[in-house]
Formats: sequence, structure tokens, C-alpha cells
Amino acid sequence: MKARPAVWLTWGALAFFMLNLAGIVGAVVTNSFAESWFGTWLPDGYTGKWYGEAWRDYRLLDVLVVTFQVAIAVVVISVLIGVPTAYALARRNFPGKKLLNVLFLLPILMPPMTYGIPLATVLYKFHLAGSMAGVIAANLVPAVPFVVLTMTPFIEQIDTKIEAAARMCGANTVAIFTRVLAPLLVPGILAASILVLVRTVGMFELTFLTAGPTSQTLVVSLYEAMSSAGIRPQQMVDSMAVIYTGSMLLLLVIALRFVNPTQLVTRLKEPA
Amino acid sequence: MTGQRFAELHLDHVRRAFGDTLALKGMDLTIKGGEFVALLGPSGCGKSTALNCLAGLLPLTGGRITLDSRRIDDLPPEKRGFGMVFQNYALFPHMSVRRNIGFGLSMRKTPKAELTRRVDEAVRLVQLEEHQHKFPAQLSGGQQQRVAIARAIVLEPPLVLMDEPLSNLDAALRLEMRTEIRRLHQSLGLTTVYVTHDQEEALALADRLVVLRLGEVQQVGSPEEVYAHPVNRYVAGFMGYRNMIPVTVTAQDDERATVRADGVELVGVKREELADHAVAAVRPEDFAVVTEAGENTLDATVEIVEYHGREQAVEARLRDGTQLHVRTNSRLAPGDAIRLKVPVERVLVFS
Amino acid sequence: MTAVLERASLRHRLAEKGVDRVLWLLVPGAVFVVLLFVYPFLYGLQLSFQPKSGGSPFQNYVTFFSDEYLAETVWITLRLGLPAALFNVLASIPIAFRMRGRFRGKRALTTLLVVPITLGTVLTAEGLLAFFGPTGWFNRIWLALGADEPARLTHNYWGVLFSLIITGFPFAFLLTLSYLSGIDPTLEQAAATLGASKRQRFRTITMPLLAPGLAVTFCLSFVLAFSVFPSAVMVGNPAGETHVMSIAAYETALRDNDFAMGSAIAMLMALVMLIVIGVVLIWRTTLYRGATGGKG
Repeated sequence: MKARPAVWLTWGALAFFMLNLAGIVGAVVTNSFAESWFGTWLPDGYTGKWYGEAWRDYRLLDVLVVTFQVAIAVVVISVLIGVPTAYALARRNFPGKKLLNVLFLLPILMPPMTYGIPLATVLYKFHLAGSMAGVIAANLVPAVPFVVLTMTPFIEQIDTKIEAAARMCGANTVAIFTRVLAPLLVPGILAASILVLVRTVGMFELTFLTAGPTSQTLVVSLYEAMSSAGIRPQQMVDSMAVIYTGSMLLLLVIALRFVNPTQLVTRLKEPA
Repeated sequence: MTGQRFAELHLDHVRRAFGDTLALKGMDLTIKGGEFVALLGPSGCGKSTALNCLAGLLPLTGGRITLDSRRIDDLPPEKRGFGMVFQNYALFPHMSVRRNIGFGLSMRKTPKAELTRRVDEAVRLVQLEEHQHKFPAQLSGGQQQRVAIARAIVLEPPLVLMDEPLSNLDAALRLEMRTEIRRLHQSLGLTTVYVTHDQEEALALADRLVVLRLGEVQQVGSPEEVYAHPVNRYVAGFMGYRNMIPVTVTAQDDERATVRADGVELVGVKREELADHAVAAVRPEDFAVVTEAGENTLDATVEIVEYHGREQAVEARLRDGTQLHVRTNSRLAPGDAIRLKVPVERVLVFS
Repeated sequence: MTAVLERASLRHRLAEKGVDRVLWLLVPGAVFVVLLFVYPFLYGLQLSFQPKSGGSPFQNYVTFFSDEYLAETVWITLRLGLPAALFNVLASIPIAFRMRGRFRGKRALTTLLVVPITLGTVLTAEGLLAFFGPTGWFNRIWLALGADEPARLTHNYWGVLFSLIITGFPFAFLLTLSYLSGIDPTLEQAAATLGASKRQRFRTITMPLLAPGLAVTFCLSFVLAFSVFPSAVMVGNPAGETHVMSIAAYETALRDNDFAMGSAIAMLMALVMLIVIGVVLIWRTTLYRGATGGKG
């Protein structure tokens, strides 16, 4: 097969992009291990002390605990609300369904800032801002619609005849949910949970707008650390950024085990 | 196992609309306990709608359903206690064969010992002993079919509903399962309503046929009645009268009609009041290829011949262009001029 | 005949309209969306018409458009968001194309392309500052190649644009790839047997089937790029050429404590975004949007 220039151009551009990306990540990782690094190709010496200092100074354990609590709460609540909603929206046609569909799409389509600022205002009004509850509430706004969106194809692929068969066997609605639908939806719920987890840990704007000093998640305290970088060495911020990216990478690797990224749009195949 | 028998299930002007179209236009039907009733018709005739209304899976637009004078059409499906076999079987993919079959019993909080006993019995009845711990995905189509049937009958329901249960099977398996269903019905005596588009299946299985068209009942009767005496040209067409020859009526009395087709006189059985124009319905196998002229003969030219083993399926054309389907033992070739004779009692004249 | 034509029970007539007990399942979701999305949004909307300093209800909006520093944020944001979204979508098409079918290392390459999602804005910003900075590795090579002075790529428009591409591209790529794998490859094979060249197949078969998906991908990419906030502060010039709408809204609301004006800017942000998305989606309605013959 003769090499076509278009192919080489594509791979070439991709390689260039990747090379720059590697440089960007490499620069941060290198700096996080650097004794000091000013205006040279490589740092003068290497040390791991910045990680320890960042861990202590930024109280990363507390931050990670908060991040974890917020993320788990958001996942659990959004699945509990989102799955029944997705079911009703997938299975019934009723007056007002279109409106509800749009309402569940808007929080994903809107930049978080646009509803984040009014939401923060409302939360301040009810004295919820700054608390963990406020952060969780704010993060639920895009998370619930995201669960609805992710679950819909999973629900649609379950043959309605299976539910009809369960009804004919005498199962009531609760039994259909617990005995038939829930076991069949486990892969979908797992996928949605993991994706919501990744999104919540990475969600900056909403947490930033609603968090107080004790309810900051990792991504927000990272931003705060960088904004006030003058006080502490750059390397500490960088080592914290590496910790953040490391945990996100871990989550993503787990997520990719459960979700095939190319099947996010096309219908998901029947679970085996 | 014997079903809790009822005396009479009564459909009283049951109607069902989808948007503006009436899928079922006021169906009246009485089903007696122990009967095997087949709803027969092409797709879109309303037979599946009728079945789903009976099951409670579709709400009625009008009318009522009563079981021994108790109104049941406002009960949800799970409260009616009927069994149903679905076209694609609708087995629970995450449950083993045994748990699929026992699902209805566990919904009724049946004690463990009785549940085990009854599932054992059902598994034996459909001959799935070897496969009872497998999952649906590990079974062949015929085996899945057996699970679906066992799941429907294990509850000994007063009524078993079957929605084209054999249409997903290949031809050989279909015949085998057909016999199986008949055998189960004979041994258990469960009242059954069976939906199909296959007239042969309906004739083979049912005690009574209900022929539907465009949401209306055309004819209700025993297989013999419907097969031999279709009430209109639509039912006739469905019962194998493939030739519908346009004719002009020249004379009619109470039983017979004399008609003219392709310039030739035909005499047939009058099935409806006739105006000037009518159709004469003839089954392909009722034509005989003859040599001499005589009563009730038509001249035609052979166009296409299909070899079917003992017989040939022949398409021939009359001089006026009407196409005829003929089945015959005679060896014919395209282009042959043939003379076809049909007995008077095998020509049905419809308006 | 009419005697038996009695009306069906109420339950059935409601069920006919799709109203039955299943709809109770919607209650938590509906309460949630009204309480946490609709109500705050409407609250913000009415707040934006109650300017802090009094005056006409439209005062906040008048101020926004008469203050050049604020009004300009619309163009600054669009100037960043549109090219970033367009680039991400266009760049993902050829790469997604090469990623169709099975080949060795496909999963590894996909993962590699998706990894930037995990970087987060802060690490990206730190990295951009270090790598593209005046003494960073990029400029060292740039100078070694014979340039007269280091390229200025940080603390300005370009830094933010790069940041948007790094965080936005994996997302656009994933969406494009999944739309593309939803198109039945036998359609192209059929076109090939009818004599269509590679280029013709792309133009007449794949592109028309892919276009609606690309429109959605563009919209979602644009939303991501349009809401740019942290990177505009960190790698941009937040008081100048990258003073985007989010920064203006945030600073007004939470730094200056003018929630009314902040809400007004947020509402305008939503409006601008809806206009862009509306235009794209209206264009999308002119396309074929049926089945693409893909799996499932």
C-alpha cells in the first residue's frame, strides 16, 4: 500500500500534539521532583520532599476525605434520582415529556457558571453555601441529568416484553424493579456512577462557587494553591497537581474497564 | 396440573385505538373454559392487540372483558393471573431456567418445598431436565420456547395467552413444537388463546378459529367450518383460495350461481348475495388438467412452472389476462396450452 | 350497537395518555430539577432585573453593554470558544477515521488520547506555563532552531486556546469516534462496489451520515470552551485579552458582591451560548438524521 500524504499528515500532527502534551506533563512532573529549576534544561537536583510538604501544608488528607465524601454522596444521590427518572422518560409518553426532557438536558448544555452563580446566590440565601451540603447540591445539578442521559440507552435496550412477562407472572412494580430491572441495569448503573465520579472530582466551577474553607474538593484547593503560589514554592503546587492527576488517572483507568468510550453515543450492546 | 377452570370469558365490544386508527373495532367473543382458540389474521389485523388487551398489557379504549361475569378489564396484568408466552419468549436473561420458571411462584410467595416440586414438574413436562440450571443465552430457540411455555403454565393459570410463539423457529422445529403445544393442551386442559398469522398452524391446533381483518372479526368457527365454508372472499383468501377470478353474474338461485369468466360459463356455490360483478374463488389444488371440453372448464396458457416434488406449482394465464395458480401432477412446460376443470362445489362465488 | 359502546374506565383513559403509576418515579427527578436548576435560574433572572444601585430594571444590562470592558467579554469569549471548538471537532475527524476498525494497540492509543481529560485545568496551566514559557523546553528548542527571540505563548490568548484544545480535544474525539463507529461500514463498501472512490465515499456517504453527530459534538465542545474560567485566569491575561464572560460574572458576583449584576452577566452568557447552539442545531435539522445502519 502506498503511503498517502494525508495519512502521514494526520499521524504527524497527532505525534506533534502528543509530543507537546508530553512536554507539558513532563515539565510539571519534573518540577515537582526538582530541588530548584531556573532557566536550565533540567533541574539542579531531585527530591521527593515537596510531596510531603504539600501533603502537610495543604492538609491534603482532609481535602481528599472531603473530595471522596462529596463524590460518593453525589454518585449515590444522582443514581437514586436519575435511574427512576430515566426509566419513566424512556418508557412513557405523557403530556409535558418534551419539556421535562429539555429541563434534564439544559444543565449539561449550560456552562456551569451560568447557573452556578444564581445557584450560589440561592444557597447563600438559605445559608447552605460553604457547607458540604451546598457543594453536594451544586454538583448534583449536572450529575443527575448525566445519569439520566447515560442510563436511557441501557433502559431502552431492555425489551419491554421482559417486563410484560414479569407482570404476567404476577410481579408488581416494586418486584419488577428489584428482581428484573435492577440486575439487568447493573452494568449501566456502574458506568453512570463511574462517569459521575470522574466528573464530580474534576468539576471546578460549581464547587469553587459554593465551597467554603472546610468543604473544598481537591481541584478547588489546587486552584487556590496556585492562585496564592507566591507564598510557597512552585514545586509544592506542582506536586499537588501531580497527585490530582494521578487520582484522576486511576479513576479513568477504572472507568475504562467498565465503559467502552466509543459506545457512549451508539446503543450499548446487550450485556452478556 | 389442571387449571383453575372458568366457565366463560366474555369480550364485550372490546375496542382499542392507537391515535386515530382503531386497531380493534368492537370485538365480541366468548371463550369457554378448556377451549383452544386461535386468533388468525395477517399482521395489522388486530390479533395481537386483542391478546394484549386480554392480558392487560394494553388498556382498552372501550368495551369490557368479564370472566364468569366478574369484570377484569380494569385489573392490572399481575392481578389477572393469566399466563403468557411471548413471540420472542421474553425470558429473564439474568435468571437460570429454573428461576425463570419459578419466578411467578415466588411472586406469589409459594412455600419453598411446593415451589421446588412444581418447578420440577414443569421442567419435566417440557423435557428440560438436562438444561434446568442453564441461562437463557445458553439455550437453543426451541429450548427457550419450552422455558417460556413452562413459565406460563407452571402457575396453572385459568387462561394461557400465546403470541405467535412459533414464528421465531425454523420450519422443522415449528412442526415439532406445534405438536408439543397440542399435547400439553390435551393433557392439562388449560384454556388457551393463540395468536398466529399461519392458517395451517391455527387449523392444526385450535378447537375454534377467529379470523380477523382490519380490527374486525370476519368469521368464528371450528377449523372444518372455516376451512370448508369461508363466509367471505377475505376469509377464503386466507384459507388457501389463491385464485380470485373476476366474473359477471348471469344467474343465481339460493345455492348456486352461474357466472361468466373469460367468455366461459362457470357454475359455483353462492356464498353471499351477488350483484352483477363478483369473484369466483378456487384453490390451486382443485383444478384438474383435462383434455376434452366440458362443464366448468377454462382454457389457459402455462407461463411459469415450479417443481415441488410430487406436484408442480403452475402459473397460467387466461385469454383475458387473469392469472391462475394451479397445482397439478401433470408435467407441464411454459407455453403449453391447457384446459382446467374445477368441480362445481369447489368454486365459491363471493360478492 | 351504541348501547354496548360504553366508555372505558378512567384508569384506562389516563393510561391511554401515558399517565399511570410509573410517572411517580419522575417525582424525585422533577422536584430536583425544579428546586436546584429551574428555581435558581429564574431567581437569578429576576435578580438581574433588580440592580443593586436601583434604577430601571434593565440597568444591569444597559451597564453591561455600555461598559466597553464588560461588553468586550462577549467577543473575547467567542473568539476563544468558537475556534477552540471548531479545531477540536475538525481535528478529531481524521484521527477518528484512522481509528476505525481493529488494529493492534487501538485500545492503548484511545487511552492515550483520552488521558488529557485527567490532567485538569491546573496541571495543564502549570505545564503550559513551564513548557511554553520563555525559558521552557519549547522555546529552548525554538531558539536552538534559529529563532531570534522566544515565542510568546503564555499569559495571552494563545495560552488559553492551547489549554482549551488540550482539555477539549479528548472529549470531541471520543464523541466523534462513537458517532463514526455507529455508521455501518458496509455502506461504504456498497458505495465502493458502485464505483465511488475513497474521496467520493467520504463526501457522499460518510460525511452526510456523520454531520448531525458532528453538530452535536461541536455544540458540546463549544459549551466546554465557552465556560472557560480557570485557565483564562492562570495561563491567560485575565484583565486584558482573555477577560472572558465567566471571569466578569464571577468577579462581579463573588468578589464585588453584586449578585444582581453577576446574575445579569450569567444570563447573557446563557443567552449567547443558546444563540450559537440554536444556530448549529437549526442547521442540523436540514440534515438527514435517521438511522446510520450501525450496530445496535
